[in-house]
Amino acid sequence: MNPGKKSLFSPFKFWGNALKSPTTIRFPKEEIDVFDKPGASPRYRGLHSNDIEKCIGCGTCEDICPTNAITMIEGENVGEGKLGKRPVIDYGRCCFCGFCVDMCPSSSLTMSREYIRTYRTKPDMFADEEVEDIRRNFLFVPGDAYADNKGYATLDEFSWLDLERMEIDELKPEERWESFIEIVKGFSRQEALKEASRCVECGVCKESCPAHMNIPEYIRAIWDDDLEESVRQMYMDNPLSSVCGRVCTHKCETVCSISLRGEPVAIRWLKRYAVDNLDTESMKRVAAAFKKPENGMQVSILGSGPSGLSAAYYLILLGYKVTVYEANEKAGGIMRYGIPRYRLPDEALDRDIGIIEDLGVRIITGTKVGVDVPFKKLKDESQAVFIATGFDNPRSTGTEGIDGKGCFQALDLLAKIALEEDFFVGRNIVIVGGGNVAFDIARSLSRLQRKKYGEVQIILTCLEKEGEMLADDDEIIEGREEGIKIKNARFPTKVEHDISGSVKGLATVKCISIFDESNRFNPQTDESDTEFYSADMVVEAIGQAPDYGYLGKDIEEKLDFVRGKIVTDENGGTDIPWLFAGGDIVHGPDVVHAIADGHRGAQAIDEYCCR
Amino acid sequence: MSDFYEVTKIAETDKYATYDFFFGPNHPGMHGNFGYVCDVVGSTITRVRVNAGQLHRGFEKLMEQNLWFQNISLIPRICVPDPDPNEVAYCTAVERLMGIEIPIRAKFLRSLTLEMSRMTSLLMGMGALGAMMGLYSIMYRMMNERDRVLDFFEWLTGARIYHIYNLPGGVRRDLPEGFAAKLESLLDDMEYNLREWDSLLFENPVVHRRLKGIGKISADEAVNYGLVGPNLRATGFTADVRKDDPYAAYPFLDFHIITTEGGDALARAVQVRKEYEAAIQLIRKILEAMPGGEFKVYLGNPLKFTVPAGDTYARVESSKGEYGYYVVSNGGLKPYRISVRGPSLPAGLSLCHKHLPGMRIDDVAIWMASFSVCPPDFDR
Repeated sequence: MNPGKKSLFSPFKFWGNALKSPTTIRFPKEEIDVFDKPGASPRYRGLHSNDIEKCIGCGTCEDICPTNAITMIEGENVGEGKLGKRPVIDYGRCCFCGFCVDMCPSSSLTMSREYIRTYRTKPDMFADEEVEDIRRNFLFVPGDAYADNKGYATLDEFSWLDLERMEIDELKPEERWESFIEIVKGFSRQEALKEASRCVECGVCKESCPAHMNIPEYIRAIWDDDLEESVRQMYMDNPLSSVCGRVCTHKCETVCSISLRGEPVAIRWLKRYAVDNLDTESMKRVAAAFKKPENGMQVSILGSGPSGLSAAYYLILLGYKVTVYEANEKAGGIMRYGIPRYRLPDEALDRDIGIIEDLGVRIITGTKVGVDVPFKKLKDESQAVFIATGFDNPRSTGTEGIDGKGCFQALDLLAKIALEEDFFVGRNIVIVGGGNVAFDIARSLSRLQRKKYGEVQIILTCLEKEGEMLADDDEIIEGREEGIKIKNARFPTKVEHDISGSVKGLATVKCISIFDESNRFNPQTDESDTEFYSADMVVEAIGQAPDYGYLGKDIEEKLDFVRGKIVTDENGGTDIPWLFAGGDIVHGPDVVHAIADGHRGAQAIDEYCCR
Repeated sequence: MSDFYEVTKIAETDKYATYDFFFGPNHPGMHGNFGYVCDVVGSTITRVRVNAGQLHRGFEKLMEQNLWFQNISLIPRICVPDPDPNEVAYCTAVERLMGIEIPIRAKFLRSLTLEMSRMTSLLMGMGALGAMMGLYSIMYRMMNERDRVLDFFEWLTGARIYHIYNLPGGVRRDLPEGFAAKLESLLDDMEYNLREWDSLLFENPVVHRRLKGIGKISADEAVNYGLVGPNLRATGFTADVRKDDPYAAYPFLDFHIITTEGGDALARAVQVRKEYEAAIQLIRKILEAMPGGEFKVYLGNPLKFTVPAGDTYARVESSKGEYGYYVVSNGGLKPYRISVRGPSLPAGLSLCHKHLPGMRIDDVAIWMASFSVCPPDFDR
């Protein structure tokens, strides 16, 4: 670059510029026309807005915020899967990086194209008050104030969350349909660490878990590769983690914040991974960690299902002497006699029960209270009684001919399968019912059929339409894979028998609706649409009912019942002070609810006994 | 009226002749809260002490307390006029430790932001150089020009200054629709304006006389002092991280290292102008060759993001030269140690002791602007 030549006209050169238009942009008259719309850029990271309808209050924004500008306060976003919290941003700290928006699982948090936020000095305010006023002015609760001027927002594909679930190894249909081998193989260490790393530890799962398990904590421990700590966190609320790690209804996964953008964290399989990979000795050590010295008091528990065992575990930790009465030959209740082994192998159940028994719980099997032992005797020898007898009386549809030869109840058959007893397996089977138990028996029978006949001829009929069935989606998909045919919206009218009395088949009509306007069970049918399924075996699986015969009349009279369930307070206490109840007879069929009931019942019993 | 030399001469005979002159932190010729304390006789500097620490924000320690991803929002603040090299150097270091390769589109997008950032920084540098000589209109014009590039940053990244655009694994957002075409037309404008900058600054006889001879340094000496970037290239020495240790999309781009002979403030000014022109050309090439495909690879949940144990040094050619990040990881959620090597370090901290004594007070600002000393990048 050489200096320019000197010119006589140089001093006048600048007059040329007077004719040019100014380069200055005048605010606010002239708009920058780079972006196609006036104002800041379409993805401008300005003041925040938060759609409170969508916000679940998970606090992930708070976790990622590099400047600690975000805190969570009480919000009006309550309901299923919401924590009732909302973020408040301190604009004195915020650096407008937009990480909160990129991390937000519910995509409720966005940024707007607004950027002017000023404090107007109040002349009549004292200086020391003004400081506080300014501080308050900095705190901003994002709402819909700038919602109509959307700027930076994060679509699912830009999200920083790990939206893809780690696939878990499962047996293929042809590998599993002949035997009762467990279908799901479980995570390897690498897979579990990867899956655990997806969790953002928001705690929505913990809120919706009936047992309020420390889910974020045990997933964190798995990620830290500290299985003992992980199992310790589980045992705080759930002594049947091997069971829950396999057959839990996982409400936690339904509400998992990551499920709002992608697939939820596989919480159930992670639990199973931790329990399965910790040796039994460590498990026993963890389980006994908080055991208090014996206090000499005695509690009797009826039923060794999930609720009874859970109550027994927490009571023994509290120092009580615990005796559990079980009518069947082995402890476990519905977990052993209801859930098929391909979902819950006996080893897993035995391991959990073994650990509880090891702590000193006495389980008396093969003893039916009310028959072998009078209920009064239990009452006399113990300070409190916890009843968790479950629903073990099968319900019947009452269809014509259903009580004849060749008709069975699902629970009876499942118990026989669990005990490996021999029984007649039909060539063509019709199953009535569309819940999980119906699929349990259908899939169990399909295995027996395949073994015996080499093929599966099972028809499952239910009142519900496709997509409204009560069974889990996995069950329906896997059931179909194993050869079960599902007939939706069929109402059974008659089980037909031949002259010898054996079953010929099931006649059905189309079911139009199940419930009436007041939401009562009142199926409407279309009589013209009939179908007949020929079968030599009909199995009913439409639900179970409780049996309170053992209580005796005088006690039964004192208790309140609603639709066969005992009415209790939130801790399982009944109208009789020393009698507590939990499990299916209080909350209906669900393993993890039962475990939670057992835990709460144990605490209530402790409170009652130590009054 | 007596000139500076006479003032100095009179002062030399005075027994209270030497006084402390605080050039900064509040001097208009100083960039950032940094200062030189000069012993001055009359108006001639005899000795210089560095007055550092007022800018120190503890970045390196802060980074050790943040998650790997959270640091992205912190590091652009180390060098405000040219923030993207920080982001890219950090991300490159993390990616190198993890042993991953980012998608080619992400590389090009990184190069694009780096070159745009270079333009904004050089515009500010050229403007500052003008302002230091009292030619303030140059500063205003350059800042206006710079703002037009910042509009494009706002469009691409969502922010004008702290872009926070690069992430380990790629970039945060793809190019918006219509971005390339509009940027092209801006580049045309800027190229056209170059003629005006030439007549205002680079071919201005006043500027030539003012800059000639200030802070002259030979190539050997520059290398010994550790000068980098345009300062080094203005001595005729050929060195550029983009060629020596290629990163981002530079291996795929065709460009040459530009040098200027001379080694004084004038040579450095000319060098900066050449680099500005080259940056415009390079952005054109990047936009032309921009490949399709993904713009990031997903590296997992940022809250549980760990980097394998190890250490690495990643460097980027910023507008001022080599910008380096030495990153040590112990495999945890947060960096174990991060050390930043700012490009202004040799000139701002060492060379000043050699050059400034003997200069007049009013040359200090020009000397600083010509070396484009940006104190925040060494006083962190």
